[in-house]
Amino acid sequence: MKSAVIVFPGSNCDRDAAVALERVTGQKPAMVWHKETDLPESLDLALLPGGFSFGDYLRAGAMAARSPIVAAVKRHAERGGLVLGVCNGFQVLTETRLLPGALARNGGLRFVCRDVPLAIVNNNTRFTRAFRETRETVIPVAHADGRYIADEAELDRLEGEGRVVLRYKDNPNGSARDIAAIMNEGGNVMGMMPHPERVADPSLGRMGGWAIFQSLAEAA
Amino acid sequence: MQKHPTAPGDLALAEEFGLSPAEYDLIVHKIGRVPNVTELGIFSVMWSEHCSYKSSRKHLAKFPTKAPHVIYGPGENAGAIDIGEGLACIFKMESHNHPSYIEPYQGAATGVGGILRDVFTMGARPIALLNALRFGDPAHPKTRRLVDGVVRGIGGYGNCVGVPTVAGETNFHARYNGNILVNAMCVGVAPIDRIFTSAAKGAGNPVVYVGAKTGRDGIHGATMASAEFDDDAEAQRPTVQVGDPFLEKLLIEACLELMATDAIIGIQDMGAAGLTSSSVEMASKGEAGVELDLDAVPARETGMSPYEFMLSESQERMLMVLKPEREEEARRIFEKWGLDAAVIGRTTDTNRLVLRWHGDVVCDLPLGPLADEAPLYERPFVRPHRSFPSPLVGEGGSRASENRVRGGGANAEGNSPNTPHPSASRPPSPTRGEGVDFPATLAKIMASPDMCSKRWIWSQYDRHVMADTVDDSGAGADAAIVRLHGSNRALAMTSDVTPRYVEADPYEGGKQAVAEAWRNLTASGATPLAITDNLNFGNPQKPEIMGSIVSAIEGMAEACRALAFPVISGNVSLYNETNGVAILPTPTVGAVGLIADVSKRASIGALAEGDLLLQIGAQSGWLGQTIYLREMLGREEGAPPPVDLEAEKRNGDFVRELIETGLVRACHDISDGGLACAAAEMALEADLGIALGWRGDLGDVEFLYGEDQARYLVAASAEIASLIEQKAKAAHVECLVVGEIGGRDMTFLGASGVTERLALSELRTAHEGWLPAYMGEAM
Repeated sequence: MKSAVIVFPGSNCDRDAAVALERVTGQKPAMVWHKETDLPESLDLALLPGGFSFGDYLRAGAMAARSPIVAAVKRHAERGGLVLGVCNGFQVLTETRLLPGALARNGGLRFVCRDVPLAIVNNNTRFTRAFRETRETVIPVAHADGRYIADEAELDRLEGEGRVVLRYKDNPNGSARDIAAIMNEGGNVMGMMPHPERVADPSLGRMGGWAIFQSLAEAA
Repeated sequence: MQKHPTAPGDLALAEEFGLSPAEYDLIVHKIGRVPNVTELGIFSVMWSEHCSYKSSRKHLAKFPTKAPHVIYGPGENAGAIDIGEGLACIFKMESHNHPSYIEPYQGAATGVGGILRDVFTMGARPIALLNALRFGDPAHPKTRRLVDGVVRGIGGYGNCVGVPTVAGETNFHARYNGNILVNAMCVGVAPIDRIFTSAAKGAGNPVVYVGAKTGRDGIHGATMASAEFDDDAEAQRPTVQVGDPFLEKLLIEACLELMATDAIIGIQDMGAAGLTSSSVEMASKGEAGVELDLDAVPARETGMSPYEFMLSESQERMLMVLKPEREEEARRIFEKWGLDAAVIGRTTDTNRLVLRWHGDVVCDLPLGPLADEAPLYERPFVRPHRSFPSPLVGEGGSRASENRVRGGGANAEGNSPNTPHPSASRPPSPTRGEGVDFPATLAKIMASPDMCSKRWIWSQYDRHVMADTVDDSGAGADAAIVRLHGSNRALAMTSDVTPRYVEADPYEGGKQAVAEAWRNLTASGATPLAITDNLNFGNPQKPEIMGSIVSAIEGMAEACRALAFPVISGNVSLYNETNGVAILPTPTVGAVGLIADVSKRASIGALAEGDLLLQIGAQSGWLGQTIYLREMLGREEGAPPPVDLEAEKRNGDFVRELIETGLVRACHDISDGGLACAAAEMALEADLGIALGWRGDLGDVEFLYGEDQARYLVAASAEIASLIEQKAKAAHVECLVVGEIGGRDMTFLGASGVTERLALSELRTAHEGWLPAYMGEAM
């Protein structure tokens, strides 16, 4: 699988994502700086990593959504290319409108970092197929702005179309309908608040996120 | 300040700046004339306690700082040790106490920012943050707001920068009501051949400023940190700096990128006393001089005076001296990261600090008096004389020998002959023979502010970013474990001190702080390597405070020598007093150790049903200064437990070998709250019950809550447990089976013959409940 990790100046999970991708897929991703205007040729996956892209003093992901590379990510998505946004990356995807809704300040108004059990709501996606029959996993969250919100009609549509991919079993942030991950209509763009790259490491025995990367490798 | 920068600076101004009349006279004598306003401002910060260590330096020299693995000891931005395979570990702890009390969010945030800069300035990528926090009485009206602000500040900075906050400690005590302590520690890793120092060698080299523009924030912060508070402390808010973690992240990446070239001669962050201390330190260490053009300094505000430029403590700024003709290379990197940078001067060979502003020379001072020749005080001190009257707690009750022996799985054991047992200073058991409500006592102690779960705090910190965190606060571990990226080796790290021990006996308390840090690392399976110290005390001009500083340092130094645990960096924070009331003496110890194979580590929760719980180390039932005495009887009395450093080393080396050879995977050190609390913490982490049983010489309370040092709990199968007992015997280490793992309760097979139980779920509710309830939030 040919993948790229997008690097904003305040990304801080870019290395972690690259390490996890290489560990699972055996191939090193390209690290693509935010000022670039194009993604590498014949790319399968663009990954928008966690962090604080431009400090997030405005609205998380708002400035990153207007960077040159995100225009290229949009074109990649429109061509049907795979895009995964994790945490800040999810925030960027809603800011670009590649995904509907928005990520608001956590219900508790505090940063929350903890392992959360997740229900795999849809295991027939390009992001989750490798979970096979497993319907649950544990992946940590670490964010201050992770409360997913959208209007009721949008939420109904997401659920009706099987686009709610992961749901919190123990909602850490007050997300509408316990939503932890959603995908677009085409099923090629997913945003998730939990960090799969932090739990894809057999040597630490933390494997809850491995199947996300495995699924992408199989889909590419 | 309205005066012209070159107007004469008089004594009145000197005193306003915190200098004494004698110091003012010394300045006039050293430079042979009256300093101008700008020069006086520069002297005042360089000679502040915070920058000059003028009260403590003489005694700090007592610390052992050398060992074959020490690359840089105290004196650099941070200490550096060789951790093998071509890597150095660089770490330091630093206080941000005064600012955090006045403005908790920014004070704590910039404390984190400052310690990160100390570490990456030396070429290390920061890989972990720790913090040691002391707050006032929970009932004090300010405490809640301070906890909230400090925790938000630490998280707000560390989370954004992307360095995991992996461990910490939080205590509450009324003596911190007017002066909280925020001690932040950063651990970084650098290639051993690419460590950078601040020395600005050579003449004519460009001095480059990079990072945030200079504003009027934090002016005289170092001076504030060198004075007591009174009721008007909050009026000092303008001296507190404001942090920008995103900018810090850019600085880290840009500096590390530039450091990968060979363009840098010397580099220094602008921390306390800003441009003044960074330029003076660089030039004096490099035995050069420096000439700066203040008009070239990027400014956030207009109309700033030279005094303001030099004393500003605006955050996220770095100063570096580059090799000639390398400015362009640096500029390209800074531009990539969107950073402001400017050449603001050159090095010279004059050994002087010269400042130009609007075409005039506004400062021309010899470097010697500013740095190495700063005053050094031998403050008068009285060694603390502590007498611990006996009995402290009502006599009464039966003799220990009258306690009937019952207790499943317990072996009889005598006390180690090596354990000091000054019965004169040990409060006899207050409860012996009176019957103890075991479940209620454990639940109450485990729910007390110092012993309760700090989940509410650490769940606000990103503990996993960088994806190398093996164990963190979330695992209730004695030490956090962070893997060295791309390897199976790991660093263990911890911070520790028991201020109530230091208060009661600074010497033993100082020893204990070092010993407990060493023990925490050992309990994780690590080989302890070195420490950083953060000495927080009151006003050193009071002989009894100075006495406790001296004794604590000497006690710490003795423990460091005995445990081969050198001090490689540190920070001193004095004048932690408000209206004449000093904090508890708090010499915080930050420590780092190495785990050669991360698969051979121990954690507190690795228990299995049916395992036996063994206590390693001898127990005398020491109750002086224990959590039990304070929480159950409301008495802060007696001598702290003595630290037998030989036993400490013997027991620790024994436990480490058990872990390294894979015999033991579950280990916890016994400290605050004694054996019962250590066992309860293991049970909660494993979500498995433990039945504690005992017999022999000790009363119930002594056995469960005594705080004798040099002890560990380890868990192992019955078969391995008997092997451990044999090994212990051969190694002359006390070893006693004290419990069995299983079920859903903490069970006490106590001296009264009655078996009592506390459901784990109930214990958990008590342990987890206090802090969220205190902060007004549901669990």
